[in-house]
Amino acid sequence: MYVAVKGGERAIDNAHAWLAEERRGDPAVPALSIAQIREQMALAVNRVMAEGSLYDPDLAALAIKQARGDLIEAVFLIRAYRTTLPRLTASRPVDTGAMAVDRRVSATFKDLPGGQVLGPTFDYTHRLLDFALMAEGPSDTPSTPPVAESGPVAQRVPHVTSFLNRDGLIEAATPSDITPPDLTREPMELPATRPLRLQALTRGDEGFVLSMAYSTQRGYGRTHAFVGELRIGMVPVKVEIPELGFAVEIGEVELTECETVNQFKGSKTEPPQFTRGYGLVFGQSERKAIAMSLVDRALRWEELGEDFTGAPAQDEEFVLMHCDNIQATGFLEHIKLPHYVDFQAELELVRRLRTEAQAMQEAAE
Amino acid sequence: MTDAPHAARKSWMATLAKAPPARLQALMPDPPPHDLLRAPEVGAVMVQGRTGATGAPFNLGEMTVTRASVRLACGTVGHAWVQGRDKAHARRAALADALLQTDAAPATMTQIIAPLQAEAASEKAERAAKAAGTKVEFFTMVRGDNV
Repeated sequence: MYVAVKGGERAIDNAHAWLAEERRGDPAVPALSIAQIREQMALAVNRVMAEGSLYDPDLAALAIKQARGDLIEAVFLIRAYRTTLPRLTASRPVDTGAMAVDRRVSATFKDLPGGQVLGPTFDYTHRLLDFALMAEGPSDTPSTPPVAESGPVAQRVPHVTSFLNRDGLIEAATPSDITPPDLTREPMELPATRPLRLQALTRGDEGFVLSMAYSTQRGYGRTHAFVGELRIGMVPVKVEIPELGFAVEIGEVELTECETVNQFKGSKTEPPQFTRGYGLVFGQSERKAIAMSLVDRALRWEELGEDFTGAPAQDEEFVLMHCDNIQATGFLEHIKLPHYVDFQAELELVRRLRTEAQAMQEAAE
Repeated sequence: MTDAPHAARKSWMATLAKAPPARLQALMPDPPPHDLLRAPEVGAVMVQGRTGATGAPFNLGEMTVTRASVRLACGTVGHAWVQGRDKAHARRAALADALLQTDAAPATMTQIIAPLQAEAASEKAERAAKAAGTKVEFFTMVRGDNV
């Protein structure tokens, strides 16, 4: 028989005290500062901002420190914090053409206006552990990288898709000013519009979005994607100030943008032309942005008159309802919490079924 | 452009918003007396992007923002919306916005805005030069069939 119990407060308090001690680790090792995490774990900070859906590097660094480096736990802390902030307004849509590009590459055009700018990339590194970084001291202060003599990158770097657009070879992305749906305000409704899908994907789990994108490359909803363009850099954020009646730049965010150019033979409704997938993510988050653009393109099968092949990446409900790592973690991890009553009921049921089965067997004999 | 009349104010407000808070504090050590019309308030702004860079807007994610409004003794009102959660930053930015609408404008421009703009420009130029240093210069290998 099940008896309701209370208790565990002391155990919980002690567990949390121990957690705090373990989080700090060996006190003989200096504690990490928020600035150290922000500056030296920048890509982890970026991921927490993207999936936490809040751009604030200091808060993301704090969350990583508090979560002992568990990035999903850190995302959880950021999501919880952002619900405490009043929403002041929405920005004007950012203009990524005005990005101060740190990196900008195209896999489709070698000689594109603005050039191929590699930026601070892991590409072409040998992926060999650098033991010099293990040695403490001045060896971890790299020399300043050489700068170009030919002058800086142009102020405004045109998008690759705009060249193809001129020839009508690629579908247009027609400007509009429709207020987009916001899944942080209203529950997600399916079928979703493309803006809603992009919001879900940009804050979705990087691992999940990556696997979905990879599945399309392996043949589950193939989209024949090329990276038309990938760019990373700071973009100004403009906000209409209600007191003033005009828009002002209130800051800058680092963004990664990926546009894929996808081969498309035409369909019942669309002419043969290149189609597009789009990825835009907070921070320097290249893998995520490329993956997002592949999944975005795969989800557009219906709009483009393609066949549904049953591939997971084409299935809007499958992708959108499972890409959020906080929702997933919440439901997954809740099963470790006390389910004594549920389990007691299961136990009763299995015992009764066994008794019945046994009785029937005996009757048959 | 209907925004043109406000070009100067937009420019200084952007400069103040993007200034490193510690630097602004160093440039404005003694703020003039003022009333708070709106005490500095921390909130979030939903940043939007556009589908395919130019298409329909979508919600990308929020950023932290602090806003404040002040009134100088002469009655001039200044506003600020600045990125981040630094209330002192928003208050100083609002004060500078107010001062820039008074007779103190030329001095404020020289002592606060000009150095901030110069520093931001040099930082930006330094980064752009590093980026340009990683620009790929392609060259074509001549095949030696007839050599």
